[in-house]
Amino acid sequence: MIKISHVSHQIAGASILNDVSLMIPRGGITALIGPNGAGKSTLLSLIARLTPLQGGQITVDGADVTTTPTDALARRLSILRQDNSVAARLTVADLVGFGRYPHHKGRPTAEDHAHVEKALEMMGLHPLSGRFLDELSGGQRQRAFVAMVLAQDTDYVLLDEPLNNLDMKHARQMMERLKEAARVSGKSFVIVVHDINFAAAYADLIVALKDGRLHSLGTPEEIVNRPCLRDVFELDIAVETVGGHPFALHQIAPEPLVES
Amino acid sequence: MPSDSAAFLPFPAQRRMQVKPLVLLALLAVIAVGLFLTLGVPAGAWEFALSFRAGKLAGLILVAFAIATSTQLFHAATRNQILTPSIMGFDALYLMIQTSLVFGMGAMATLDIDPVVKFTAEVLVMMGFSTALFLWLFTARSRDLHLLVLVGIIFGTLFRSLSNFISRMIDPNEFVVVQGAMFARFNAVNIDLLWISIGLTALTLPVLWHMRHQFDVLALGRETAIGLGLRYRRVMFAAFGMIGLLVSVSTALVGPVTFFGLLVVHLAYRILPGARFAPTLLASSLIAIITLVGGQAIYEHVLGLQGTLSVVIDALGGITFLYLLLKGVRR
Repeated sequence: MIKISHVSHQIAGASILNDVSLMIPRGGITALIGPNGAGKSTLLSLIARLTPLQGGQITVDGADVTTTPTDALARRLSILRQDNSVAARLTVADLVGFGRYPHHKGRPTAEDHAHVEKALEMMGLHPLSGRFLDELSGGQRQRAFVAMVLAQDTDYVLLDEPLNNLDMKHARQMMERLKEAARVSGKSFVIVVHDINFAAAYADLIVALKDGRLHSLGTPEEIVNRPCLRDVFELDIAVETVGGHPFALHQIAPEPLVES
Repeated sequence: MPSDSAAFLPFPAQRRMQVKPLVLLALLAVIAVGLFLTLGVPAGAWEFALSFRAGKLAGLILVAFAIATSTQLFHAATRNQILTPSIMGFDALYLMIQTSLVFGMGAMATLDIDPVVKFTAEVLVMMGFSTALFLWLFTARSRDLHLLVLVGIIFGTLFRSLSNFISRMIDPNEFVVVQGAMFARFNAVNIDLLWISIGLTALTLPVLWHMRHQFDVLALGRETAIGLGLRYRRVMFAAFGMIGLLVSVSTALVGPVTFFGLLVVHLAYRILPGARFAPTLLASSLIAIITLVGGQAIYEHVLGLQGTLSVVIDALGGITFLYLLLKGVRR
Protein backbone atom coordinates (compact mmCIF):
# COMPACT_ATOMS: atom_id res chain seq x y z
CA MET A 1 0.00 0.00 0.00
CA ILE A 2 1.22 3.47 -0.85
CA LYS A 3 0.21 5.89 1.86
CA ILE A 4 0.31 9.58 1.08
CA SER A 5 -0.29 11.84 4.06
CA HIS A 6 -0.70 15.60 3.95
CA VAL A 7 1.58 16.14 0.98
CA SER A 8 1.96 19.70 -0.22
CA HIS A 9 4.33 20.87 -2.91
CA GLN A 10 5.31 24.18 -4.43
CA ILE A 11 7.38 24.97 -7.49
CA ALA A 12 8.74 28.51 -7.72
CA GLY A 13 6.13 29.76 -5.28
CA ALA A 14 3.20 28.25 -7.16
CA SER A 15 1.26 25.64 -5.26
CA ILE A 16 1.20 22.36 -7.19
CA LEU A 17 -0.16 20.02 -4.53
CA ASN A 18 -2.15 21.10 -1.54
CA ASP A 19 -2.50 18.81 1.47
CA VAL A 20 -3.10 15.61 -0.47
CA SER A 21 -3.80 12.48 1.58
CA LEU A 22 -4.72 9.19 0.02
CA MET A 23 -4.00 5.48 0.07
CA ILE A 24 -3.28 3.47 -3.03
CA PRO A 25 -4.03 -0.19 -2.34
CA ARG A 26 -1.72 -3.05 -3.15
CA GLY A 27 -2.52 -5.00 -6.33
CA GLY A 28 -4.44 -3.91 -9.40
CA ILE A 29 -4.42 -0.79 -11.50
CA THR A 30 -4.97 2.65 -10.05
CA ALA A 31 -5.52 5.45 -12.55
CA LEU A 32 -4.73 9.08 -11.79
CA ILE A 33 -6.89 11.47 -13.77
CA GLY A 34 -7.43 15.19 -13.80
CA PRO A 35 -6.99 18.24 -16.02
CA ASN A 36 -3.56 19.54 -17.08
CA GLY A 37 -1.70 20.99 -14.16
CA ALA A 38 -3.70 19.08 -11.55
CA GLY A 39 -0.47 17.75 -10.02
CA LYS A 40 -0.58 14.16 -11.26
CA SER A 41 2.99 13.98 -12.51
CA THR A 42 4.31 15.83 -9.48
CA LEU A 43 2.58 13.34 -7.20
CA LEU A 44 4.18 10.42 -9.04
CA SER A 45 7.60 12.08 -8.87
CA LEU A 46 7.21 12.57 -5.14
CA ILE A 47 6.18 8.96 -4.56
CA ALA A 48 9.19 7.81 -6.56
CA ARG A 49 11.53 10.22 -4.62
CA LEU A 50 12.61 11.89 -7.89
CA THR A 51 11.57 15.18 -6.34
CA PRO A 52 12.33 15.71 -2.64
CA LEU A 53 9.25 16.02 -0.43
CA GLN A 54 8.59 19.52 0.87
CA GLY A 55 5.79 18.68 3.26
CA GLY A 56 3.96 15.56 4.36
CA GLN A 57 4.95 11.94 4.25
CA ILE A 58 4.81 9.10 1.73
CA THR A 59 5.36 5.46 2.60
CA VAL A 60 5.46 2.43 0.32
CA ASP A 61 4.52 -0.71 2.25
CA GLY A 62 5.58 1.11 5.39
CA ALA A 63 8.93 2.31 4.01
CA ASP A 64 9.30 6.08 4.11
CA VAL A 65 10.46 7.23 0.67
CA THR A 66 12.72 9.96 2.04
CA THR A 67 14.59 7.79 4.54
CA THR A 68 14.66 4.37 2.87
CA PRO A 69 17.95 3.72 1.03
CA THR A 70 17.36 4.57 -2.59
CA ASP A 71 18.63 1.25 -3.95
CA ALA A 72 16.34 -0.72 -1.64
CA LEU A 73 13.42 1.39 -2.83
CA ALA A 74 14.39 0.71 -6.45
CA ARG A 75 13.71 -2.99 -5.86
CA ARG A 76 10.25 -2.19 -4.58
CA LEU A 77 9.06 0.62 -6.80
CA SER A 78 9.80 1.73 -10.36
CA ILE A 79 8.77 4.76 -12.37
CA LEU A 80 8.35 5.74 -15.98
CA ARG A 81 8.38 9.47 -16.51
CA GLN A 82 6.53 11.46 -19.07
CA ASP A 83 9.43 12.63 -21.17
CA ASN A 84 12.11 10.09 -21.75
CA SER A 85 15.28 10.65 -23.67
CA VAL A 86 18.75 9.26 -23.40
CA ALA A 87 21.90 11.02 -24.51
CA ALA A 88 24.01 7.90 -24.76
CA ARG A 89 23.67 5.63 -27.75
CA LEU A 90 21.88 2.53 -26.51
CA THR A 91 20.17 -0.45 -28.05
CA VAL A 92 16.70 -1.45 -26.94
CA ALA A 93 18.05 -4.58 -25.24
CA ASP A 94 20.67 -2.51 -23.38
CA LEU A 95 18.08 -0.02 -22.17
CA VAL A 96 15.76 -2.75 -20.95
CA GLY A 97 18.79 -4.41 -19.34
CA PHE A 98 19.31 -1.30 -17.21
CA GLY A 99 15.98 -2.07 -15.58
CA ARG A 100 17.76 -4.94 -13.82
CA TYR A 101 20.47 -2.68 -12.39
CA PRO A 102 18.87 -2.40 -8.93
CA HIS A 103 19.08 -6.18 -8.62
CA HIS A 104 22.51 -6.99 -10.01
CA LYS A 105 24.44 -3.69 -9.70
CA GLY A 106 26.28 -4.37 -12.92
CA ARG A 107 26.76 -8.13 -12.72
CA PRO A 108 23.73 -9.72 -14.36
CA THR A 109 22.76 -13.30 -13.69
CA ALA A 110 20.81 -15.71 -15.84
CA GLU A 111 17.74 -14.64 -13.89
CA ASP A 112 18.30 -11.02 -14.93
CA HIS A 113 18.55 -12.01 -18.57
CA ALA A 114 15.30 -13.97 -18.23
CA HIS A 115 13.54 -10.89 -16.85
CA VAL A 116 14.83 -8.77 -19.73
CA GLU A 117 13.63 -11.35 -22.24
CA LYS A 118 10.23 -11.42 -20.58
CA ALA A 119 9.89 -7.63 -20.62
CA LEU A 120 10.94 -7.46 -24.28
CA GLU A 121 8.39 -10.14 -25.07
CA MET A 122 5.66 -8.41 -23.12
CA MET A 123 6.10 -5.16 -25.03
CA GLY A 124 6.51 -6.92 -28.38
CA LEU A 125 10.05 -5.62 -28.78
CA HIS A 126 11.88 -8.78 -29.78
CA PRO A 127 12.26 -7.81 -33.44
CA LEU A 128 13.68 -4.42 -32.36
CA SER A 129 15.94 -5.51 -29.53
CA GLY A 130 19.20 -4.86 -31.41
CA ARG A 131 18.15 -1.46 -32.74
CA PHE A 132 19.48 1.81 -31.34
CA LEU A 133 16.96 4.03 -29.56
CA ASP A 134 17.51 6.93 -31.93
CA GLU A 135 16.50 4.69 -34.82
CA LEU A 136 13.03 4.03 -33.40
CA SER A 137 9.71 5.80 -33.76
CA GLY A 138 8.25 7.63 -30.78
CA GLY A 139 5.84 4.81 -29.98
CA GLN A 140 8.51 2.12 -30.24
CA ARG A 141 10.80 4.08 -27.94
CA GLN A 142 7.96 4.52 -25.47
CA ARG A 143 7.47 0.75 -25.40
CA ALA A 144 11.18 0.27 -24.82
CA PHE A 145 11.07 2.55 -21.77
CA VAL A 146 8.01 0.78 -20.41
CA ALA A 147 9.81 -2.54 -20.91
CA MET A 148 12.76 -1.23 -18.92
CA VAL A 149 10.49 -0.34 -16.02
CA LEU A 150 8.78 -3.73 -16.21
CA ALA A 151 12.15 -5.51 -16.22
CA GLN A 152 12.83 -3.82 -12.89
CA ASP A 153 10.17 -6.25 -11.59
CA THR A 154 8.97 -4.20 -8.64
CA ASP A 155 5.78 -4.62 -6.63
CA TYR A 156 4.80 -1.06 -7.44
CA VAL A 157 5.08 0.39 -10.93
CA LEU A 158 4.34 4.06 -11.52
CA LEU A 159 3.70 4.98 -15.14
CA ASP A 160 3.28 8.59 -16.21
CA GLU A 161 1.30 8.46 -19.44
CA PRO A 162 2.52 5.07 -20.65
CA LEU A 163 0.24 5.32 -23.67
CA ASN A 164 2.03 8.40 -25.04
CA ASN A 165 2.73 8.08 -28.76
CA LEU A 166 1.22 4.61 -28.97
CA ASP A 167 -1.10 3.60 -31.78
CA MET A 168 -4.47 2.04 -30.95
CA LYS A 169 -3.24 -1.50 -31.19
CA HIS A 170 -0.29 -1.02 -28.90
CA ALA A 171 -2.22 1.14 -26.47
CA ARG A 172 -4.86 -1.52 -25.99
CA GLN A 173 -2.24 -4.26 -25.86
CA MET A 174 -0.28 -2.45 -23.20
CA MET A 175 -3.32 -1.97 -20.97
CA GLU A 176 -4.32 -5.61 -21.39
CA ARG A 177 -0.84 -6.78 -20.47
CA LEU A 178 -0.63 -4.52 -17.44
CA LYS A 179 -4.01 -5.83 -16.30
CA GLU A 180 -2.80 -9.38 -16.83
CA ALA A 181 0.42 -8.72 -14.90
CA ALA A 182 -1.58 -7.22 -12.06
CA ARG A 183 -3.86 -10.24 -11.96
CA VAL A 184 -1.18 -12.95 -12.26
CA SER A 185 1.64 -11.57 -10.16
CA GLY A 186 -0.26 -9.25 -7.86
CA LYS A 187 1.66 -6.18 -8.98
CA SER A 188 0.32 -2.68 -8.41
CA PHE A 189 0.30 -0.21 -11.27
CA VAL A 190 -0.32 3.48 -10.74
CA ILE A 191 -0.82 5.14 -14.09
CA VAL A 192 -1.55 8.62 -15.32
CA VAL A 193 -3.80 8.31 -18.35
CA HIS A 194 -5.12 11.01 -20.57
CA ASP A 195 -7.84 9.01 -22.24
CA ILE A 196 -10.43 8.61 -19.53
CA ASN A 197 -11.89 5.56 -21.27
CA PHE A 198 -8.72 3.55 -20.73
CA ALA A 199 -9.04 4.34 -17.04
CA ALA A 200 -12.71 3.41 -17.08
CA ALA A 201 -12.09 0.09 -18.81
CA TYR A 202 -8.95 -1.15 -17.08
CA ALA A 203 -8.52 0.55 -13.72
CA ASP A 204 -9.69 -0.94 -10.45
CA LEU A 205 -9.56 2.41 -8.76
CA ILE A 206 -9.64 5.92 -10.16
CA VAL A 207 -8.18 8.89 -8.31
CA ALA A 208 -9.23 12.30 -9.58
CA LEU A 209 -7.03 15.30 -8.83
CA LYS A 210 -7.96 18.88 -9.45
CA ASP A 211 -6.02 22.07 -8.70
CA GLY A 212 -3.53 20.19 -6.55
CA ARG A 213 -6.16 18.63 -4.33
CA LEU A 214 -7.70 15.18 -4.14
CA HIS A 215 -11.04 15.64 -5.82
CA SER A 216 -12.55 12.17 -5.57
CA LEU A 217 -11.63 8.53 -5.46
CA GLY A 218 -13.64 5.49 -6.41
CA THR A 219 -14.47 2.73 -8.87
CA PRO A 220 -14.76 3.62 -12.57
CA GLU A 221 -18.55 3.77 -12.19
CA GLU A 222 -18.27 6.22 -9.30
CA ILE A 223 -15.92 8.57 -11.12
CA VAL A 224 -16.68 8.25 -14.81
CA ASN A 225 -20.16 9.75 -14.88
CA ARG A 226 -21.48 13.02 -16.18
CA PRO A 227 -21.69 15.07 -12.95
CA CYS A 228 -18.34 13.95 -11.58
CA LEU A 229 -16.46 14.50 -14.86
CA ARG A 230 -18.10 17.90 -15.24
CA ASP A 231 -16.82 18.82 -11.85
CA VAL A 232 -13.27 17.53 -12.41
CA PHE A 233 -12.69 18.69 -15.99
CA GLU A 234 -15.19 21.56 -16.13
CA LEU A 235 -16.55 20.03 -19.27
CA ASP A 236 -19.92 18.52 -20.00
CA ILE A 237 -19.32 14.95 -21.15
CA ALA A 238 -21.95 12.38 -22.04
CA VAL A 239 -21.28 8.94 -20.57
CA GLU A 240 -22.66 5.74 -22.08
CA THR A 241 -22.18 2.16 -21.00
CA VAL A 242 -20.26 -0.04 -23.42
CA GLY A 243 -19.47 -3.66 -22.63
CA GLY A 244 -20.18 -3.12 -18.97
CA HIS A 245 -17.77 -0.15 -18.69
CA PRO A 246 -18.68 3.50 -18.53
CA PHE A 247 -17.61 5.14 -21.75
CA ALA A 248 -17.15 8.90 -22.00
CA LEU A 249 -17.91 10.57 -25.32
CA HIS A 250 -15.58 13.43 -24.58
CA GLN A 251 -14.75 14.33 -28.18
CA ILE A 252 -18.14 15.88 -28.91
CA ALA A 253 -20.44 18.19 -27.00
CA PRO A 254 -23.44 16.25 -25.69
CA GLU A 255 -27.11 17.03 -26.07
CA PRO A 256 -27.98 19.45 -23.30
CA LEU A 257 -29.22 17.62 -20.21
CA VAL A 258 -32.89 18.32 -19.52
CA GLU A 259 -33.22 19.01 -15.82
CA SER A 260 -36.39 17.45 -14.46
CA MET B 1 25.80 -17.73 -12.43
CA PRO B 2 27.05 -14.19 -12.32
CA SER B 3 28.91 -13.20 -15.43
CA ASP B 4 30.82 -10.08 -14.55
CA SER B 5 32.38 -9.57 -17.94
CA ALA B 6 29.11 -9.67 -19.83
CA ALA B 7 28.00 -6.42 -18.12
CA PHE B 8 24.32 -6.53 -18.88
CA LEU B 9 24.56 -7.15 -22.55
CA PRO B 10 22.19 -9.91 -23.54
CA PHE B 11 24.15 -10.41 -26.73
CA PRO B 12 27.65 -11.77 -26.29
CA ALA B 13 28.15 -11.18 -29.99
CA GLN B 14 27.93 -7.46 -29.46
CA ARG B 15 30.66 -7.70 -26.87
CA ARG B 16 32.89 -9.75 -29.07
CA MET B 17 32.58 -7.02 -31.68
CA GLN B 18 34.23 -4.63 -29.23
CA VAL B 19 37.34 -6.73 -28.67
CA LYS B 20 38.77 -6.43 -32.16
CA PRO B 21 38.86 -2.63 -32.39
CA LEU B 22 40.30 -2.43 -28.88
CA VAL B 23 43.12 -4.84 -29.73
CA LEU B 24 43.80 -2.86 -32.89
CA LEU B 25 43.92 0.42 -30.98
CA ALA B 26 46.24 -1.10 -28.38
CA LEU B 27 48.58 -2.24 -31.17
CA LEU B 28 48.58 1.24 -32.71
CA ALA B 29 49.29 2.75 -29.31
CA VAL B 30 52.26 0.41 -28.84
CA ILE B 31 53.56 1.39 -32.27
CA ALA B 32 53.17 5.09 -31.43
CA VAL B 33 55.08 4.60 -28.18
CA GLY B 34 57.80 2.67 -30.02
CA LEU B 35 58.14 5.40 -32.60
CA PHE B 36 58.28 8.09 -29.97
CA LEU B 37 61.07 6.33 -28.09
CA THR B 38 63.21 5.29 -31.04
CA LEU B 39 62.75 7.72 -33.92
CA GLY B 40 65.83 9.71 -34.80
CA VAL B 41 68.00 8.62 -31.91
CA PRO B 42 71.62 9.26 -32.89
CA ALA B 43 73.97 6.28 -32.58
CA GLY B 44 75.62 6.07 -29.19
CA ALA B 45 73.06 8.30 -27.49
CA TRP B 46 70.53 5.58 -26.75
CA GLU B 47 70.81 5.60 -23.01
CA PHE B 48 70.46 9.35 -22.72
CA ALA B 49 67.68 9.58 -25.30
CA LEU B 50 65.64 6.79 -23.79
CA SER B 51 65.76 8.10 -20.24
CA PHE B 52 65.03 11.61 -21.48
CA ARG B 53 62.16 10.54 -23.66
CA ALA B 54 60.68 8.11 -21.13
CA GLY B 55 59.84 10.99 -18.79
CA LYS B 56 58.14 12.91 -21.57
CA LEU B 57 56.35 9.78 -22.71
CA ALA B 58 54.97 9.15 -19.23
CA GLY B 59 53.74 12.74 -19.14
CA LEU B 60 52.02 12.48 -22.51
CA ILE B 61 50.34 9.18 -21.63
CA LEU B 62 49.16 10.67 -18.37
CA VAL B 63 47.74 13.70 -20.20
CA ALA B 64 46.06 11.48 -22.77
CA PHE B 65 44.37 9.42 -20.07
CA ALA B 66 43.43 12.48 -17.99
CA ILE B 67 41.81 14.32 -20.88
CA ALA B 68 39.94 11.30 -22.26
CA THR B 69 38.67 10.30 -18.82
CA SER B 70 37.62 13.75 -17.70
CA THR B 71 35.78 14.35 -20.97
CA GLN B 72 33.94 11.05 -20.80
CA LEU B 73 33.00 11.52 -17.15
CA PHE B 74 31.73 14.97 -18.02
CA HIS B 75 29.57 13.58 -20.81
CA ALA B 76 28.09 10.92 -18.53
CA ALA B 77 27.41 13.39 -15.74
CA THR B 78 25.92 16.16 -17.85
CA ARG B 79 24.07 14.00 -20.34
CA ASN B 80 25.40 15.81 -23.33
CA GLN B 81 28.05 14.94 -25.84
CA ILE B 82 29.18 18.35 -27.05
CA LEU B 83 30.45 20.16 -24.02
CA THR B 84 33.73 19.10 -22.48
CA PRO B 85 35.48 20.35 -19.34
CA SER B 86 37.92 22.38 -21.41
CA ILE B 87 35.25 23.94 -23.61
CA MET B 88 33.55 24.96 -20.37
CA GLY B 89 36.77 26.61 -19.25
CA PHE B 90 37.84 24.15 -16.60
CA ASP B 91 41.47 24.50 -17.63
CA ALA B 92 41.09 28.28 -17.63
CA LEU B 93 39.80 27.96 -14.08
CA TYR B 94 42.99 26.14 -13.16
CA LEU B 95 45.10 28.86 -14.78
CA MET B 96 43.07 31.48 -12.95
CA ILE B 97 43.86 29.81 -9.64
CA GLN B 98 47.56 29.87 -10.53
CA THR B 99 47.56 33.49 -11.68
CA SER B 100 45.65 34.61 -8.61
CA LEU B 101 48.20 32.86 -6.45
CA VAL B 102 51.08 34.76 -8.05
CA PHE B 103 49.05 37.96 -7.89
CA GLY B 104 48.23 37.48 -4.23
CA MET B 105 51.56 36.24 -2.95
CA GLY B 106 54.08 37.57 -5.42
CA ALA B 107 56.19 35.45 -7.74
CA MET B 108 59.07 35.02 -5.32
CA ALA B 109 56.91 33.67 -2.53
CA THR B 110 55.17 31.36 -5.01
CA LEU B 111 58.48 29.99 -6.21
CA ASP B 112 59.57 29.36 -2.63
CA ILE B 113 56.78 26.88 -1.99
CA ASP B 114 57.63 23.28 -2.68
CA PRO B 115 56.11 22.67 -6.15
CA VAL B 116 54.60 19.36 -5.02
CA VAL B 117 52.85 20.97 -2.04
CA LYS B 118 51.72 23.87 -4.19
CA PHE B 119 50.39 21.59 -6.89
CA THR B 120 48.51 19.37 -4.43
CA ALA B 121 46.91 22.45 -2.89
CA GLU B 122 45.94 23.75 -6.32
CA VAL B 123 44.39 20.41 -7.23
CA LEU B 124 42.34 20.43 -4.02
CA VAL B 125 41.12 24.00 -4.62
CA MET B 126 40.29 23.05 -8.18
CA MET B 127 38.31 19.97 -7.09
CA GLY B 128 36.35 22.09 -4.65
CA PHE B 129 35.64 24.78 -7.22
CA SER B 130 34.61 22.41 -9.95
CA THR B 131 32.28 20.30 -7.82
CA ALA B 132 30.61 23.39 -6.39
CA LEU B 133 30.25 25.14 -9.73
CA PHE B 134 29.04 22.21 -11.71
CA LEU B 135 26.75 20.72 -9.12
CA TRP B 136 25.08 24.08 -9.04
CA LEU B 137 24.89 24.27 -12.82
CA PHE B 138 23.87 20.73 -13.58
CA THR B 139 21.51 19.80 -10.81
CA ALA B 140 19.24 22.69 -11.69
CA ARG B 141 15.81 21.63 -12.83
CA SER B 142 15.90 22.57 -16.45
CA ARG B 143 18.70 21.18 -18.53
CA ASP B 144 18.12 22.51 -21.98
CA LEU B 145 21.13 21.55 -24.05
CA HIS B 146 21.42 24.75 -26.02
CA LEU B 147 21.28 26.81 -22.87
CA LEU B 148 23.98 24.60 -21.43
CA VAL B 149 26.28 25.07 -24.42
CA LEU B 150 25.79 28.80 -24.21
CA VAL B 151 26.40 28.95 -20.46
CA GLY B 152 29.43 26.72 -20.88
CA ILE B 153 31.06 28.87 -23.48
CA ILE B 154 30.34 32.01 -21.49
CA PHE B 155 31.93 30.44 -18.42
CA GLY B 156 34.96 29.42 -20.46
CA THR B 157 35.37 32.95 -21.76
CA LEU B 158 34.84 34.39 -18.28
CA PHE B 159 37.57 32.28 -16.71
CA ARG B 160 39.99 32.96 -19.55
CA SER B 161 39.33 36.71 -19.40
CA LEU B 162 39.65 36.83 -15.61
CA SER B 163 42.89 34.95 -15.78
CA ASN B 164 44.15 37.33 -18.50
CA PHE B 165 42.99 40.32 -16.52
CA ILE B 166 44.87 39.26 -13.41
CA SER B 167 47.96 38.48 -15.41
CA ARG B 168 47.87 41.99 -16.83
CA MET B 169 47.81 43.47 -13.35
CA ILE B 170 50.84 41.64 -12.08
CA ASP B 171 54.40 42.75 -12.55
CA PRO B 172 55.75 41.73 -16.00
CA ASN B 173 58.64 39.97 -14.29
CA GLU B 174 56.29 37.99 -12.17
CA PHE B 175 54.13 37.21 -15.18
CA VAL B 176 56.97 35.12 -16.59
CA VAL B 177 56.32 32.64 -13.79
CA VAL B 178 52.77 31.92 -14.95
CA GLN B 179 53.27 32.52 -18.64
CA GLY B 180 54.70 29.08 -19.24
CA ALA B 181 51.51 27.49 -17.97
CA MET B 182 49.24 29.37 -20.34
CA PHE B 183 49.97 27.68 -23.63
CA ALA B 184 49.80 24.04 -24.60
CA ARG B 185 53.19 22.59 -25.27
CA PHE B 186 53.50 18.88 -25.69
CA ASN B 187 57.21 19.00 -26.37
CA ALA B 188 58.01 20.47 -22.97
CA VAL B 189 56.13 18.36 -20.44
CA ASN B 190 56.47 19.70 -16.93
CA ILE B 191 58.66 16.91 -15.52
CA ASP B 192 58.85 18.38 -11.99
CA LEU B 193 55.24 17.52 -11.40
CA LEU B 194 55.33 14.13 -13.09
CA TRP B 195 55.55 11.94 -9.99
CA ILE B 196 52.89 13.72 -8.02
CA SER B 197 50.68 13.73 -11.13
CA ILE B 198 51.13 10.00 -11.58
CA GLY B 199 50.24 9.53 -7.91
CA LEU B 200 47.13 11.68 -8.07
CA THR B 201 45.92 10.13 -11.31
CA ALA B 202 46.48 6.64 -9.92
CA LEU B 203 44.03 7.53 -7.15
CA THR B 204 41.23 7.77 -9.71
CA LEU B 205 41.79 4.28 -11.14
CA PRO B 206 40.22 2.20 -8.34
CA VAL B 207 37.32 4.67 -8.14
CA LEU B 208 36.73 4.50 -11.88
CA TRP B 209 36.83 0.71 -11.85
CA HIS B 210 34.58 0.40 -8.83
CA MET B 211 32.03 2.88 -10.19
CA ARG B 212 32.10 1.99 -13.87
CA HIS B 213 28.58 0.52 -13.87
CA GLN B 214 27.29 3.47 -11.88
CA PHE B 215 28.57 5.86 -14.56
CA ASP B 216 26.60 3.87 -17.14
CA VAL B 217 23.45 4.42 -15.10
CA LEU B 218 24.36 8.07 -14.48
CA ALA B 219 24.45 8.66 -18.24
CA LEU B 220 20.75 7.76 -18.41
CA GLY B 221 19.95 11.07 -16.73
CA ARG B 222 19.04 12.13 -13.23
CA GLU B 223 15.46 10.86 -13.01
CA THR B 224 16.08 7.48 -14.61
CA ALA B 225 19.23 7.02 -12.53
CA ILE B 226 17.40 7.75 -9.28
CA GLY B 227 14.55 5.49 -10.37
CA LEU B 228 17.11 2.72 -10.74
CA GLY B 229 18.33 3.34 -7.21
CA LEU B 230 21.57 5.19 -8.00
CA ARG B 231 22.85 7.44 -5.21
CA TYR B 232 22.83 10.30 -7.63
CA ARG B 233 24.47 13.10 -5.67
CA ARG B 234 27.27 10.87 -4.45
CA VAL B 235 28.07 9.66 -7.95
CA MET B 236 27.94 13.22 -9.29
CA PHE B 237 30.34 14.36 -6.55
CA ALA B 238 32.72 11.54 -7.42
CA ALA B 239 32.53 12.37 -11.12
CA PHE B 240 33.13 16.09 -10.72
CA GLY B 241 35.84 15.58 -8.12
CA MET B 242 37.72 13.35 -10.52
CA ILE B 243 37.14 15.76 -13.41
CA GLY B 244 38.67 18.58 -11.34
CA LEU B 245 41.67 16.44 -10.46
CA LEU B 246 42.30 15.17 -13.98
CA VAL B 247 41.94 18.58 -15.60
CA SER B 248 44.42 20.02 -13.08
CA VAL B 249 46.88 17.27 -13.88
CA SER B 250 46.70 17.68 -17.64
CA THR B 251 46.75 21.48 -17.52
CA ALA B 252 49.69 21.51 -15.13
CA LEU B 253 51.68 19.12 -17.30
CA VAL B 254 51.10 20.55 -20.79
CA GLY B 255 48.78 23.56 -20.50
CA PRO B 256 45.24 23.99 -21.85
CA VAL B 257 44.07 22.03 -24.90
CA THR B 258 40.55 23.02 -25.82
CA PHE B 259 39.19 20.45 -28.25
CA PHE B 260 41.41 17.43 -27.79
CA GLY B 261 39.04 15.65 -25.40
CA LEU B 262 36.07 16.12 -27.69
CA LEU B 263 37.99 14.71 -30.63
CA VAL B 264 39.22 11.50 -28.99
CA VAL B 265 36.02 10.74 -27.11
CA HIS B 266 33.89 11.13 -30.23
CA LEU B 267 36.20 8.87 -32.18
CA ALA B 268 35.72 6.30 -29.42
CA TYR B 269 31.93 6.70 -29.59
CA ARG B 270 32.15 6.05 -33.33
CA ILE B 271 34.44 3.05 -33.06
CA LEU B 272 32.42 1.37 -30.29
CA PRO B 273 28.82 2.49 -30.82
CA GLY B 274 26.59 1.74 -27.87
CA ALA B 275 29.44 0.46 -25.71
CA ARG B 276 29.55 0.85 -21.94
CA PHE B 277 31.61 3.32 -19.98
CA ALA B 278 34.58 1.05 -19.31
CA PRO B 279 35.32 -0.22 -22.84
CA THR B 280 34.67 3.25 -24.27
CA LEU B 281 37.10 4.72 -21.77
CA LEU B 282 39.72 2.19 -22.80
CA ALA B 283 39.16 3.10 -26.45
CA SER B 284 39.24 6.87 -25.92
CA SER B 285 42.38 6.67 -23.78
CA LEU B 286 44.13 4.56 -26.42
CA ILE B 287 43.04 6.95 -29.17
CA ALA B 288 44.33 9.86 -27.09
CA ILE B 289 47.68 8.10 -26.62
CA ILE B 290 47.94 7.32 -30.33
CA THR B 291 47.16 10.91 -31.30
CA LEU B 292 49.36 12.57 -28.72
CA VAL B 293 52.37 10.26 -28.59
CA GLY B 294 52.29 9.33 -32.28
CA GLY B 295 51.67 12.92 -33.34
CA GLN B 296 54.43 14.22 -31.13
CA ALA B 297 56.86 11.59 -32.44
CA ILE B 298 56.19 12.64 -36.00
CA TYR B 299 56.35 16.35 -35.23
CA GLU B 300 59.51 16.22 -33.21
CA HIS B 301 61.53 13.71 -35.11
CA VAL B 302 60.22 13.58 -38.64
CA LEU B 303 59.02 17.07 -39.45
CA GLY B 304 61.35 18.79 -37.05
CA LEU B 305 58.58 21.21 -36.13
CA GLN B 306 58.35 22.12 -32.51
CA GLY B 307 55.26 22.79 -30.47
CA THR B 308 52.63 23.04 -33.18
CA LEU B 309 50.94 19.71 -32.55
CA SER B 310 48.51 21.39 -30.17
CA VAL B 311 47.41 23.70 -32.96
CA VAL B 312 46.73 20.82 -35.33
CA ILE B 313 44.88 18.82 -32.68
CA ASP B 314 42.80 21.80 -31.64
CA ALA B 315 41.99 22.56 -35.26
CA LEU B 316 40.78 18.99 -35.83
CA GLY B 317 38.87 19.06 -32.56
CA GLY B 318 37.37 22.43 -33.41
CA ILE B 319 36.10 21.07 -36.71
CA THR B 320 34.58 18.12 -34.84
CA PHE B 321 32.87 20.55 -32.46
CA LEU B 322 31.40 22.57 -35.33
CA TYR B 323 30.31 19.41 -37.11
CA LEU B 324 28.52 18.17 -33.98
CA LEU B 325 26.83 21.51 -33.45
CA LEU B 326 25.67 21.75 -37.05
CA LYS B 327 24.52 18.15 -37.20
CA GLY B 328 22.20 18.87 -34.28
CA VAL B 329 23.45 16.70 -31.52
CA ARG B 330 21.63 13.68 -30.31
CA ARG B 331 20.32 14.39 -26.89
